[in-house]
Amino acid sequence: MAYLPQSDDDIRQMLEVIGVSSVDGLFDHIPQEIRLRGPLKLPAALSEAALQQHMEALAACNSGTDRTISFLGAGCYDHFIPAVVDFIASRSEFYTSYTPYQPEVSQGNLQALFEYQTLITQLFGMDAANAGMYDGATAAAEAVLMAIAAQNGKRKVLVPESLHPEYRQVLRTYTANVDVSITVLPTPGGRVDAAAIAKQLDSKTACVVIQQPNFFGCVEPIHDVIQAAHAAGALVVAVVDPISMGLLKRPGDLGADLVAAEGQPLGIPQQWGGPFLGILACREQVLRRMPGRLAGQTTDRQGRRCWVLTLQTREQHIRREKATSNICTNQHLMAIRAAVYLALLGPHGLRKAAILCLNKAHYAARVFTRDSGLLPAFEGPFFKEFVLKAESPAEVARIQERAFEAGFFAGVPLGTWYPDLQDAILFAVTERRTREEIDALSQCLACARRSSTAAERLVR
Amino acid sequence: MKNRQATRLLFELSKPGSAEDILPDCDVPEEPAESLLPGELLADQPPPLPEVSEPQVVRHYVNLSQWNMSVDTHFYPLGSCTMKYNPKRNDRAANLPGFVNLHPYQPEATLQGLLECLYRLEQMLAEIAGMDAVTLQPAAGAQGELTALLIAAAYYRDRGEKRTQVLIPDAAHGTNPASAAMAGFHAVEVRSDHRGMVDLEDLTAKLDSRTAVFMITNPNTLGLFDVNIRRVADLVHAAGGLVYLDGANMNAVLGIVRPGDCGADMMHFNPHKTFSGPHGGGGPGAGPVAVNQHLADFLPVPRIISAPGGFRLDSDRPKSIGRVRSFCGNIGVLLRAYAYLRTQGAEGLRQVSERAVLNANYLLQRVRHIIPVPHGVRCMHEFVASALKLKASRNLSAMDLAKRLLDYGFHAPTVYFPLIVREALMVEPTESETKETLDAFAEVLFRITEEPEELLHEAPHTTPISRPDEVRAARNPILKWTPQADSV
Repeated sequence: MAYLPQSDDDIRQMLEVIGVSSVDGLFDHIPQEIRLRGPLKLPAALSEAALQQHMEALAACNSGTDRTISFLGAGCYDHFIPAVVDFIASRSEFYTSYTPYQPEVSQGNLQALFEYQTLITQLFGMDAANAGMYDGATAAAEAVLMAIAAQNGKRKVLVPESLHPEYRQVLRTYTANVDVSITVLPTPGGRVDAAAIAKQLDSKTACVVIQQPNFFGCVEPIHDVIQAAHAAGALVVAVVDPISMGLLKRPGDLGADLVAAEGQPLGIPQQWGGPFLGILACREQVLRRMPGRLAGQTTDRQGRRCWVLTLQTREQHIRREKATSNICTNQHLMAIRAAVYLALLGPHGLRKAAILCLNKAHYAARVFTRDSGLLPAFEGPFFKEFVLKAESPAEVARIQERAFEAGFFAGVPLGTWYPDLQDAILFAVTERRTREEIDALSQCLACARRSSTAAERLVR
Repeated sequence: MKNRQATRLLFELSKPGSAEDILPDCDVPEEPAESLLPGELLADQPPPLPEVSEPQVVRHYVNLSQWNMSVDTHFYPLGSCTMKYNPKRNDRAANLPGFVNLHPYQPEATLQGLLECLYRLEQMLAEIAGMDAVTLQPAAGAQGELTALLIAAAYYRDRGEKRTQVLIPDAAHGTNPASAAMAGFHAVEVRSDHRGMVDLEDLTAKLDSRTAVFMITNPNTLGLFDVNIRRVADLVHAAGGLVYLDGANMNAVLGIVRPGDCGADMMHFNPHKTFSGPHGGGGPGAGPVAVNQHLADFLPVPRIISAPGGFRLDSDRPKSIGRVRSFCGNIGVLLRAYAYLRTQGAEGLRQVSERAVLNANYLLQRVRHIIPVPHGVRCMHEFVASALKLKASRNLSAMDLAKRLLDYGFHAPTVYFPLIVREALMVEPTESETKETLDAFAEVLFRITEEPEELLHEAPHTTPISRPDEVRAARNPILKWTPQADSV
């Protein structure tokens, strides 16, 4: 099904106008020795009905968070998505349009971006936000590159282990062939030690990255980190959960210079990790180093307020190798989702979401530890995620298995990234989780532990 | 029809107390935030977001949506962007709950349907590329370029070679040199010859032991197939370099030419273009990268592998460049590409390219007597016309023509790109347009060139706004709404 509207008669007429005898003649100039002989080896074409059946069969082989109750987080969350968000994002005037190169026929997209940028500055207390990056990890990497560019000659970056491990991996990939040195700071207590950071800060340090709440769900002493960094002349890149802004002080109000965030919690489905939304915001001073698109307000010839893409001399299509980045898209539809979500919830809705997450996560931590005897890995305060420790990596696996059989995704095991946390699980609790679900998982964890202790005793 | 009230900014529509209470009440014992979090980190009040009711939000955004041109509403011949029809069946397939609600860290055993789908997509892309291995991770074409260049850097590091330059034709997209710089290379420009092909003399002069990669877009941004591609690849390889094919224009050659058979070592696809994933107003896209065997070890992790017990994710690849983004890719976009490829098959895909090239050549013939096409009377899937003569004779610029087209209900072609053609209008009709639409477009273009100059300088006249003052926007950037800024 190639979606081709030309009839045989059309084709004949068109070829006549072109002056070739067959469609194949249009490719005559391509040398024979590089032409493909024979058809591509692809599966036979499916009808629409067969496609639907095939895709439904494949989808049925998955078991997602619609079927299994999810306590998974670690950068991707099962937050509630209001119907309006899906509805607006399915308007094909939005989703089948493209980059607003012609502002006169793209005012809807441009205004939506201008509103998105404003909402993001309001959310994080920053001076400016761009129209969006690929995801939280690349937004963080680009924020670091911005900080380095703004900090003449300083090439050192401090990154705590409490930053999402995949964000650290992306940062490493992005800086593999440029002159940047990344120092990773251990966070054995689950949070950064501001004094330890202060020791690492020197005149070569361009920036410090700090995640709030961090990968383990713990709330970082971000004040002290910002203070120490600024005292040493380093900038601070804050990686922030947007939902936490319903309760926590905004990074801009605390003095952060750049904010990078994953926008997925703001009305974007999990879809196995993408497409997501990279949020990037900054202070005025580094604005001209901002990568990506920016919508700006201006007037038309009649003096009416309108919007255009602006400050384009930063971008690749103008500056080529001197551009601030190679990015030339903005995950636009995801930015619209986030804007609609924030507009629908408003300040009080966002606060409610944050308070629900906070209370449910604390309730879960309390009953999980009470019922199962799993111990908190860290002592510090936390927001919507927390880490519990089992006896052994084997017990972690058993807990996961038993919980899945009972209909739960029981958190993310941390052993993949942290050798010291082979026996630890990161649980996330969003406003979607009910008391009933939390209690049920708690019973299941207790059960799994009892049987695993019994099994271990037998082995011994 | 224009609803100016509902399209005021969200912040101007805001009224305290009007937002809906969407979330459920708390069903666990509540504790004050102060007892759970350190007081010095708690905000006194939530962020100053607007407060708007649900009906207002819906009317606001639905009205805004109508202030856009889109593929579903208009002919959108934006060169280089492949604005083809986006089949609705693909959206429905990708939006199945069994795909949308998957968490990246749920167990592999619960993801077998998705992994199978992605694994097969990789295989289909490898076949179309004529290459050996594919990563689906890059989030966009530009990130695909960066990924491939980082792979090249890792490859040379592994071989103990120090190569610092990436050669790029002057007609290339800006992302090419920008990606080269991000990957830590110096971008070196290679001239195009008078036919719009890579100037072999200039290429030969610039190839040496510093050359890491030659990036080539083929068909190129003039819409021409560089017939020397094999020779170009041989020259680059002889100098010890790698050939990267920018797959931006794959819509012209599906099932007709495979980059791998032309000597390319690696390439990226733009599934949001070639494989009909919608453009989303500027994203999300995706940028899968295909490579030949000698580069496969360097692909990003994790890789999807087919093992006896089922599909698995494999991160144990010591030579890999690592991750280029979090998680595994823009799955929603990739699923649409998978659905598109499955409904096309080999024959359908070839037809896509044949008709895309047919439509472009037909439109070229209809247009070239109105606006000259400097690089010849034939093209692939797009062509670049030049308004230079009209500029000289009637003081009409490419921009004037573009703006006036909007009045007639056509999205404008890409203007002022590629940089090597003055007063450029880059036209890409795609395969999904009817002959009648192409005829109407050509007729309107002709009519426009006969219209009074002043009418064109002031165009567009029928759109929600007239030409915006872009200089003012850049000189005094207003990038967000503030309470004190008066509405104009």
